[in-house]
Amino acid sequence: MMMSIYTRRVWANRVGMAMSMVAMSLGLIGLMWILWTLFSKGFAALSPDLFIQDTPAPGSEGGGLRNAIVGSGLILLFSMLIATPVGIFAGIYLAEYGRISRFASFTRFMTDIMLSAPSIVIGLFIYAIFVARTGGFSGWAGSLALALIAIPVVVRTTENMLKLVPTSLREAAFAVGAPRWQVSLKVTLRAVKSGVVTGVLLAMARITGETAPLLFTALNNQFFSANMSEPMGNLPVVIYQFALSPYDNWVSLAWGGALLIALLVLAVNIGVRVAFRQKGKR
Amino acid sequence: MSEPSAPGGTDLHARQIVKFRMQDRFFHYTTQLFALVVLVALVGILVSLAIDAWPSLKAFGPSFLWTNVWSVPDGEFGALAAIYGTVVTSVLALVIAVPISFGIALFLTETCPLWLRRPLGTAVELLAGIPSIVYGIWGLFVFAPIFAEYVQPPLQDWLGDVPLIGSWFSGPPIGIGILAASLVLSMMVVPFIASVMRDVFETVPHVLKESAYGLGCTTWEVMRNIVLPYTRVGVIGGIMLGLGRALGETMAVTFVIGNANRIIPSLFAPGTSIASTLANEFGEADPGLHIASLFALGLVLFVITFIVLAISRWLISRSMGSEGL
Repeated sequence: MMMSIYTRRVWANRVGMAMSMVAMSLGLIGLMWILWTLFSKGFAALSPDLFIQDTPAPGSEGGGLRNAIVGSGLILLFSMLIATPVGIFAGIYLAEYGRISRFASFTRFMTDIMLSAPSIVIGLFIYAIFVARTGGFSGWAGSLALALIAIPVVVRTTENMLKLVPTSLREAAFAVGAPRWQVSLKVTLRAVKSGVVTGVLLAMARITGETAPLLFTALNNQFFSANMSEPMGNLPVVIYQFALSPYDNWVSLAWGGALLIALLVLAVNIGVRVAFRQKGKR
Repeated sequence: MSEPSAPGGTDLHARQIVKFRMQDRFFHYTTQLFALVVLVALVGILVSLAIDAWPSLKAFGPSFLWTNVWSVPDGEFGALAAIYGTVVTSVLALVIAVPISFGIALFLTETCPLWLRRPLGTAVELLAGIPSIVYGIWGLFVFAPIFAEYVQPPLQDWLGDVPLIGSWFSGPPIGIGILAASLVLSMMVVPFIASVMRDVFETVPHVLKESAYGLGCTTWEVMRNIVLPYTRVGVIGGIMLGLGRALGETMAVTFVIGNANRIIPSLFAPGTSIASTLANEFGEADPGLHIASLFALGLVLFVITFIVLAISRWLISRSMGSEGL
């Protein structure tokens, strides 16, 4: 009897451990499968044309993604220009003034919710307050929608980084007579500069592939345009439309675009981790 | 950082202090203002969606939520089919994702050799970083055909005649549909749930685990009887976080769910979700009731995810102390 209980426990353990390894390998297989598809189909579409030609008209041959790449770049640039200062200042508030305040912990809670809020709803919101009132889809609307998604990421990473700064550093700065704003900006923020930059980069990676909020804000533009007040071509929406199209060259362009986005996102994610790891070792 | 006071400079000094105090107050309120942006956006989303949804809410009342019509020509709208699709895909995705996430978290915290922990953890996080549109086109072009050819027919042969659940697997095996959407969704939420689980598992005091090992418990028993009970709240929080993600996911679902705005009680059948209805129809919506009903759908989605995410964050923060994620 003793033996059988013992055997059963050993087997339960073996089965459990085996299942956990199966789960881990399923996760890895999923990642590899997606990456492999992306690389094999995406690299087939990579060519100089991808960068120097605009998106093709229905039924025409060839074409590239120049307008979408430039459009995505502009939209991203402006959304990060909005999100970075807002996020950093809000993060400073939560870390420096908000340790015990009710308002701050409420804000922190809401920021956490915004981190995972459905991005398509944010697109609807910007449509309602901006597109519908300013009379049309525009690159600005797209930037605003993406900024709203990026802000919570910047806020939380900035706050978490600032919290790591030892209190003694702040006290030392206060002791030599520095006012609070100088302590925040010139001492603590500077001490965690690389962490904050990381947060900004991660936020950018997060919004690079966001499609849903751009559908009703920046829309799309078949032609090259650097005018932020007009509908603007951008990679995610082009991928969405082209992938569902009946034209082979469009579908292939969609894979090329998906590869570009994924490469950027992966490069940022991996780069940030490698940089941080080296820093930790030092 | 103040200037050393000049001879007879107490006055200067006092002015400097006053100046600093003013600057500090200004700095305090400026940062607070920026912190307000997030709150204002949240409230703004709720209010503006409600305003734009008002015509639809007025026309259909609360029965909007349980009416199964979506007819643009007739101007009749009800959210049931979209809510059904959203809830069924998300719940199914969780049923698949939770055991896998648990396995991954268990592996990463208990069995994994130390030198592998970091690369494997990073791999899981990378899976979370891949944009959802990539999952979408992968699901449509790669996963769905394979699923239709190699997975659906055996499933049908195997489970199609089982009473009660047999009808879930009826209908032509075309790949795309509710089940395919759930599977792609589950792949997307695994990294989120797994990384929360890993983080809360790591909060278990070593003394507790080592005492159990010392009594002769196996790893599995330590997991079941020590780690899981200790981290129950956080684990549920992680699952809710995954649910919140799954409910609002747009692109991955839109590509593979089939976009049929009706309820067919089979998992092989195409369906729709709130987010995919919005993605498909909003761009070309007729002004008036159609667009208002789409806003109403958005409002429903926002309220549901808000509640789920609020519960999730509350549970996670309770289990990890006041640290956020």
